[in-house]
Amino acid sequence: MKQYEMVIGLEVHVELATKTKIFCGCSTEFGKEPNTHTCPVCTGMPGSLPVLNKKVVEFALRAGLASNCRINQTCKFDRKNYFYPDNPQNYQISQLYIPICQDGWVEIKTDTGKKKVRIHEMHMEEDAGKLIHDEWADCSLVDYNRSGVPLIEIVSEPDMRNSQEVIAYLEKLRCIMQYAGVSDCKLQEGSMRVDVNLSVREAGSESLGIRTEMKNLNSFKAIARAIEGESERQIELLEEGKAVIQETRRWDDNKEASFAMRSKEDARDYRYFPDPDLPPVQISDEWLETIRKSLPEFREEKMKRYQEEFKLPAYDAEILTESRSLASLFEETAVSFGNAKKTSNWFMVEVLRLMKERGMEPEEISFTPKHLADLLSMLERKEINSQNAKKVFERIFDQDIDPVIYIEEKGLKIVEDLGRLNEVIQKVLDENPGPLKELLDGKEKVMGFFVGKVMKEMQGKANPESVRKSLAAGIEKVGIEKAGIEKRKAKE
Amino acid sequence: MGLETLTALELAEKIRQGQVSVLDGVKAVFEQIERKEGTIHAYLDLYKEEAFERAAQVEKGMAEGKYSGPLCGVPIAVKDNICIQGKRTTCGSKILENFVPWYQAEVIERLEKAGMVIIGKTNMDEFAMGSTTETSAFGVTRNPRNTDHVPGGSSGGSCAAVAASEAYLALGSDTGGSIRQPSAFCGVTGIKPTYGTVSRYGLVAYASSLDQIGPVGKDTADCAALLEVISGYDPKDSTSLQREDLCFSQALGGGIEGMRFAVPKEYLTEGLSPEVRSAFMVVLEELVQMGAIVEFISLKTTEFMIPAYYVIASAEASSNLERFDGVKYGFRAREYDGLHDMYKKTRTEGFGEEVKRRIMLGSFVLSSGYYDAYYLKALKARAVMKQEFDRAFEKYDVILAPAAPYTAPRLGESLKDPLAMYLGDIYTVAVNLLGLPAVCLPCGKDKAGLPIGLQMIGDCFMEKKILRAAHAYEKRREAFIRFGSEKKQVVFPEIAKGDAKV
Amino acid sequence: MVKKIDDETMENICILAKLTLSEAEKEKAKEEMQRMLDYVEKLNELDTSGVKPLSHLFPSHNIFREDVITSQDNRDALLGNAPEKKDGQFQVPKTIG
Repeated sequence: MKQYEMVIGLEVHVELATKTKIFCGCSTEFGKEPNTHTCPVCTGMPGSLPVLNKKVVEFALRAGLASNCRINQTCKFDRKNYFYPDNPQNYQISQLYIPICQDGWVEIKTDTGKKKVRIHEMHMEEDAGKLIHDEWADCSLVDYNRSGVPLIEIVSEPDMRNSQEVIAYLEKLRCIMQYAGVSDCKLQEGSMRVDVNLSVREAGSESLGIRTEMKNLNSFKAIARAIEGESERQIELLEEGKAVIQETRRWDDNKEASFAMRSKEDARDYRYFPDPDLPPVQISDEWLETIRKSLPEFREEKMKRYQEEFKLPAYDAEILTESRSLASLFEETAVSFGNAKKTSNWFMVEVLRLMKERGMEPEEISFTPKHLADLLSMLERKEINSQNAKKVFERIFDQDIDPVIYIEEKGLKIVEDLGRLNEVIQKVLDENPGPLKELLDGKEKVMGFFVGKVMKEMQGKANPESVRKSLAAGIEKVGIEKAGIEKRKAKE
Repeated sequence: MGLETLTALELAEKIRQGQVSVLDGVKAVFEQIERKEGTIHAYLDLYKEEAFERAAQVEKGMAEGKYSGPLCGVPIAVKDNICIQGKRTTCGSKILENFVPWYQAEVIERLEKAGMVIIGKTNMDEFAMGSTTETSAFGVTRNPRNTDHVPGGSSGGSCAAVAASEAYLALGSDTGGSIRQPSAFCGVTGIKPTYGTVSRYGLVAYASSLDQIGPVGKDTADCAALLEVISGYDPKDSTSLQREDLCFSQALGGGIEGMRFAVPKEYLTEGLSPEVRSAFMVVLEELVQMGAIVEFISLKTTEFMIPAYYVIASAEASSNLERFDGVKYGFRAREYDGLHDMYKKTRTEGFGEEVKRRIMLGSFVLSSGYYDAYYLKALKARAVMKQEFDRAFEKYDVILAPAAPYTAPRLGESLKDPLAMYLGDIYTVAVNLLGLPAVCLPCGKDKAGLPIGLQMIGDCFMEKKILRAAHAYEKRREAFIRFGSEKKQVVFPEIAKGDAKV
Repeated sequence: MVKKIDDETMENICILAKLTLSEAEKEKAKEEMQRMLDYVEKLNELDTSGVKPLSHLFPSHNIFREDVITSQDNRDALLGNAPEKKDGQFQVPKTIG
């Protein structure tokens, strides 16, 4: 068999995290009762007209700048005409002729090294409604809550060669979009949707094979499986001397196979033309500059800074910056606490452990950074032991409790009550004359026995260092007294 | 002669003076409807009871100071492609037979704020596509001046209602002449405002870049007053413009001495009927006598207007009318086999012939491989036309044109040959393609007694200029038709022949 | 050159426009469209080289709304005109399978 290679390009739809839809004042909230977030505009009522949400343009600009795109400072909306029940006007308002962003790139890292994936364009458009298939009644039901939710479609060049690169590219895009604050990019909830354009060719060949477009990919795993499955199918066809047909295929992850979505009625001629209802968008240099300035520090810069400024190991810096929200939790805690290295250690061990145990994504973690900083300070001052500190942190992680109040209430604070400590020491020494004698005779090991006894008597609310100090003082006193008695005895 | 023969402003004045009540005006108009509607069929729906209730409400509101303004208490008819909340809005189409919008067009909000009384919805060519009101799915409307003839279209119902004194005022919509041409055929006055002056929110779109709602009335003053009520910026319409010069009534009353009028030579060619031409030439003479400067110019893009218009309008229409699919509202075919068959049967049974013709043409000119040759070419032609008109308006205040090449055709004559019908739009479509304002007013009659209309076209935002000119001309020609009482017949002098310099 | 409207083109137009025509209607439509396109062909006599297409009449731009929720739940009104509805949704013939 010949050697083949895959050529993959992606069309990624990202739902923008605006409060309202792209062309009307309906909420974009996910998971509500069908058709309750609708109005004449997003349901295609006769006579209704679209008005563009300014935030959508700003978010698209953020996304474009964050992925090194050239911005078209004058752009327009076009209508894409096709009939489908989830498309209430039977045209989708999108951008064909002049998209808002073009010619960008992102860098991905895989086992084989670093690589740039070029972005052909990024355009704004409206989402379609949702179709539910009623198996019993043999009909479909339409819900327009999602209709008009703003999307950007990110079209890559066919620069990827395997599923590993595809996943790396998607993770990179997700990271950029989350950092730029434009989308949460959840595949499961459909706020990030991926269509895979794939063709195969003989390894080393320069020309492109016939590609297919695959839809309905709901997880990174499904995407990887679909890529493997589709490339095998295409290679098989070529090996049998058959041709690959350019078509759209639907991936069925349960059957681990794709199926052609063809119909005579799919004319595939979208008759794009400029939407006369929407005047062009003009992005002034000032506006663009304001957006550029408002962009956050992205992951690469952050990783570099963590290593240089905080002296963190590369591995830690990489983990901590995986999500923007985790990174800012870390940074705020570190600033408040004053020791980045110790903060990082706590994150790398305790935060990641709880995140894993709770099955959470980094974006879902939310607690007040000062709470953890306060806890770390108390630990630093030895006002709490590390065992208790871990327990308290669980409460912070789950319920964001204030550790100062909590520790006080639960009586977990190590109290420096020297009077009480000396009483306890005296008591312990009195009760253990045997070991005391051994100690006074020079058996240093016995010291540990006394420290343990004292700590137990203090119910852990003593600083081991203080215990050691006071105990030594106490023993010395006993020793001197004893020596005095012996002297007196000798005199007598 | 009853109250219904007054102009809207006269009625409003009498109401303000306390000489008549709001209800008197409403009653008068409904009595006239009772007398005439059987023959004319200007209306698709009438809201008699609500209008009576509304009259009382307005009366009360006026006393309380809630309603004021020059058209307070005046009954008005609304073209059936404008959404009124809770009222059937059919666009003259079977496909929207039972459609009741649950939202309000912006113009309707404005009529209500102005204290006007909506009396019903008027007949129209299906989705405003047609020039005769014969493409309506709900029967034809007859021209009140001669009931064997069409009222014109597509706002034929609105214009016939005003001409028959079945309404004091009406709202129409104009995409390629749909207010001006039926105004001419019915002998009433109508205005197509500058694109963006009146909100399109709630107007069921035919061709979005060409559509404008405008007033139809008995004279220029009535139309100017109504235009003032309905214009203004609307944040719900992205193509709505923020204008400050909207007090149109103030423009009336001045003379036209020294005003510069242009007459495109291309408008006086063989297509123009001799009678319309004669009347038009008389107008030119009158204007000169009034002290205006009238000159012939050449608009070389004239012959490209109709092709460009039909390509652009049909393209936009094919997309705008995609939403009528039997899913969300309106008609759905009874029997079908699967989704696409449902779409096809619904649309095939729901749309009339003319609408289908334009949808097909529009789908074709946008389709892959033809977009550049047809649609893009038409948009470029539009740009060239704009340059030419811009140059003309650098020199002239008003471009004069007939409203149509002929007077109202007989019923049943026009639909046989669609292309011939389209050619009748030659004098009106430029205004829509370029977003210009134009007023159409009566300027004579033919031998059969059918009215002839005159168009005054202004540069963008220059409504005041054309209204001043129209009003001045109207005063001069006071002799013409007084509604319902044609007391003074106009006798036209013999007309100078040819392109003689007037 | 003028496009010849043949059966295949007509078929395609009907798919795009979601219309069904009988054979007689199809013939008539073909003829009418041909006539219209022949007429539209006139546009080619106009020199438009170097001219930008005029899709929006006025140079207005950046007509925006702020990202503020203004709509309320209108479901009952929305579904009031539905030819067929079920469970608060529009019912249509099955779209897949």
